[in-house]
Amino acid sequence: MARRIRAHVLRMTSSGKSSHVGSGLSVADILAVLYGEVLRLDPNDPNLQDRDRFIMSKGHAGASVYAALAERGFFARERLAEHYQNGSIFSGHVSHVDVPGVELSTGSLGHGLPVGAGMAWRAHAAGATWRSFVLLSDGECDEGSTWEAVLFAAHHRLSNLVAIVDYNQLQSLDTTQATLALEPFADKWRAFGWDVVEVDGHDHRSLAEAADVPALSEGLPRCVIAHTVKGKGVSFMENAVLWHYRSPSSDELARALAEVQG
Amino acid sequence: MRTRFLTELLEAAKQNPDLVLITGDLGFGVIEPFVEAVPTQFINAGVAEQNMTGLAAGIALSGGKVFTYSIANFPTLRCLEQIRNDVVYHGADVVVVAVGGGLAYGALGMSHHATEDLAIMRAIPGLAVAAPGDPVETSAVLADLLESGGPAYLRLGKAGERTVHTAPLAVRRGEAVQLRAGRDACLVSTGAMLPVADDAAVLLEEQGLSVSLLSFPWISPLDETALLDAAAEHELVVTIEEHTISGGLGGAAAEVMAETRGAAPLLRVGLPHRFSSVVGDQEYLRSLYGLTAEAITTRTIKALEENRGLARQVY
Repeated sequence: MARRIRAHVLRMTSSGKSSHVGSGLSVADILAVLYGEVLRLDPNDPNLQDRDRFIMSKGHAGASVYAALAERGFFARERLAEHYQNGSIFSGHVSHVDVPGVELSTGSLGHGLPVGAGMAWRAHAAGATWRSFVLLSDGECDEGSTWEAVLFAAHHRLSNLVAIVDYNQLQSLDTTQATLALEPFADKWRAFGWDVVEVDGHDHRSLAEAADVPALSEGLPRCVIAHTVKGKGVSFMENAVLWHYRSPSSDELARALAEVQG
Repeated sequence: MRTRFLTELLEAAKQNPDLVLITGDLGFGVIEPFVEAVPTQFINAGVAEQNMTGLAAGIALSGGKVFTYSIANFPTLRCLEQIRNDVVYHGADVVVVAVGGGLAYGALGMSHHATEDLAIMRAIPGLAVAAPGDPVETSAVLADLLESGGPAYLRLGKAGERTVHTAPLAVRRGEAVQLRAGRDACLVSTGAMLPVADDAAVLLEEQGLSVSLLSFPWISPLDETALLDAAAEHELVVTIEEHTISGGLGGAAAEVMAETRGAAPLLRVGLPHRFSSVVGDQEYLRSLYGLTAEAITTRTIKALEENRGLARQVY
């Protein structure tokens, strides 16, 4: 599924001339593991009461979410061609309106974790068996609202909440360390009272083990710091700030597709 | 208004286990009965309004019915984008409640003057905006919010406001309430200015004028019909609000009336479009900015005289 998500993201950002291809490639494995193995969902009943909730807080990687939803069967893959087109509902940043499977529209950073914490609180309060997953970018850990929710989730011991950070260490203009240093990053989450697991964000087995927490437990909220490579899978896009904004030309698309489809 | 709101919210919470109240660490001395009676339906989110509002959206989108609670600008401006994106765009059943609308916290300073909230919240599509005028209107508005849900913004005064309505009200969402019927001028009030507007109507009638009084507990949806009827049947419409004259009730009335041929002239009574560095209690600041029955009476008479021209003195 990760390979297919990458191919979709490349085509979507190329034909739409849209940004954030590097971000989409960075999270492709995380999404493949979540939608392929971890999330309890029913594509035929997107509003199933006891479904797991997933929020893509880094809404700029919207193309990858639409791709994952299509691959999981929420809507036809052909619809991905509408992404970023005039009159389309598949916006560059994730939008839920008329798109089955999207729990939360995002695009402004720092919104996902508070909402995900609210969903987890509600499940806890109701004794429900579903879990709440939020995928954050490292850049949005600059946002104070993210840390407000980090405090809240630990205080209320929301063990059914999983925050996965796509830690590719590149944000819009520069590295995270050069922009607004996050290190020691794992220590920060631990100091705030979270159960932190660091994994290779492209290793499916490690990701699944780290993210698949029990719904009802006495534990702490889980933070999965997924060490990733921005642009992963396409040699000339890897670790390059350029591909946060640039969209692939048709020639670049062909070369990139050849690499990810290997 | 605050007391009425919290009392009735607690009664509703006892009946509905899905109802959740979240405060941003405010409500000392008034919120305790709620916490004691239904502790599992209460969250103190701490001094973290963005998270409070995001939480509210998450809880509401999972089947809850949420009220966020704070004072002045904290539950609105501090977390405006969470209201816009997370609550309203998703149609989440969240009611944002601000106590101390206008200059209720006048002596606390500019940070605590909630004087642009109606304009800003009114600009968000899909967000109902309510500013009841007394405890009776508070009950009516809350009944609607409990029944029909959010997204909504509820601006309350503080406690101890005079009750103007003499009997319980049933008001549909977006409906204005008529308190007096007259011919010359129509006073149109929103929020806690209702007792002042009512006093102004009495003074104007003592001067021999025939005055209507409308209260707008809802700013959005706006009762355009009531406004246009008022503009058709009177020589002058006077909007009265404890809010900047830009974009609130006066702004809304101007939008509607300017597009209507033959509408009566409009006089907007409100705060000037600048911050107040001067502090004082609510009564002091109201008089400083002309939000008193006497000042409204004087301006109304002057405007009527100007409209009629020298040929027809009002008195």
